Amino acid sequence: MINLINSIFRKLTSPTDCLRYPFVKRELPEGTRGRIDIEIDKCTFCGACEKRCPSNALKVTRDPKSWTLNPYSCIICGYCIEVCPKKCIIAHKEHYSPNV
Amino acid sequence: MIRRNTIPFGPQHPVLPEPIQLHLVMENEKIIQALPAVGYIHRGLEKIAEKKDYIQDVYLAERICGICSFMHSQNYCQGIEELMKVQIPDRAKYLRVIWAETHRIHSHLLILGLLADAFGFENLFMRLWKVREQILNIMEKTTGARVILGVCAIGGVKRDITPELSEYILRELEAVEKQLPELMDSLLKDYSVKQRLIGVGVLPKDKAHELGAVGPVARASGLRMDLRETGYAAYGDLDFKMVVGEAGDCYDRTMVRVKELYTSLDLIRAALKRMPQGPISVAVKGSPPADEVLARIEQPRGELNFYIRGNGTRNLERFRVRTPTFANLPALLHQLTGCELADVPVIAICIDPCVSCTER
Repeated sequence: MINLINSIFRKLTSPTDCLRYPFVKRELPEGTRGRIDIEIDKCTFCGACEKRCPSNALKVTRDPKSWTLNPYSCIICGYCIEVCPKKCIIAHKEHYSPNV
Repeated sequence: MIRRNTIPFGPQHPVLPEPIQLHLVMENEKIIQALPAVGYIHRGLEKIAEKKDYIQDVYLAERICGICSFMHSQNYCQGIEELMKVQIPDRAKYLRVIWAETHRIHSHLLILGLLADAFGFENLFMRLWKVREQILNIMEKTTGARVILGVCAIGGVKRDITPELSEYILRELEAVEKQLPELMDSLLKDYSVKQRLIGVGVLPKDKAHELGAVGPVARASGLRMDLRETGYAAYGDLDFKMVVGEAGDCYDRTMVRVKELYTSLDLIRAALKRMPQGPISVAVKGSPPADEVLARIEQPRGELNFYIRGNGTRNLERFRVRTPTFANLPALLHQLTGCELADVPVIAICIDPCVSCTER
């Protein structure tokens, strides 16, 4: 009973555990695997990322030069970033927005 | 007058985290037979694995389960490394232990919370899950993701834990450990909770052995079986005491999980302390040879087996998964026979059912 009363008073006087979203947004830590993007000027369209993608989310063609990512298939594993010889694929901290 | 009827328990039931149906044949309020019906979330995962590259399968294996995802990828990588005779760096072994044990803590806190919810203690459920958030934060900060970590790779791991992150983990673990005694007292010493758990769903030691129970279910019945004692990854260098129960009822199963939380906290601390410096991965080239391997690992729910057969190409010949929940289903059916209908949710939750793993 004493524990219960202690617990109630502690909770009443301590700040809330939840954030006041959407006024206060949670800060994502460094290194969070979020949205995948490309610096298209550096890309040589070699297709290494397409071959390694476990979910077949990437389509790369040389003629015409195109690099397409299907955000609904992407599992954000980061494998494309590792295999890219030009290091032109980057991961943002933020996730895909609902209206991608 | 005895009335016999059949009650379908699930697949959608407030207490079940995932869909499984139990046909309960009742005589008045007593269950005389329980029959499982599975197959609601079968994904054909083993067949997909045969069609993908063996490196891509790491990600597939990780997605067998959403709760113990890291351990699935770890087991797969260990299997392929054994098959291809790859020696991974010592630091990678310690890092694998750290992430595996954080997964064990978060899985145990999750199921203890669900158990509290099953016997109607919603406040305890919320507070246990609040502690679990801190463990998820550790995973997010060290790997970049909260549940599907994606850091295990064939030949080692993909991310390192820096001294600053190590300090952060120790601070968080201390905060978690401070909160645990109060919550665990509510779970193990509360009169009402004891009434719901003690003597419910008893699985004697000989029956647990006969039915092939694994993990905390087997250990709660007194069977000394924990694959971590075989010393895979870095467990051979770390000391830990196996938690074993006696009675084999729901209370002992809960007690085993509670004590394992402390074991895992100690294991993470010890791993962080003893982790050697050096590389975290080695390059792996070539394809798995035409050979077979049985990879085994101790998951939060028990023993996880992967049978992997290569054929010299980049695709696997066969990938077979035997998950601990599948092994514990016969034990669950035995426990349900003869119990009251009101005890079914508690018994079902106490085996820590993970149906997605089971059906693959």
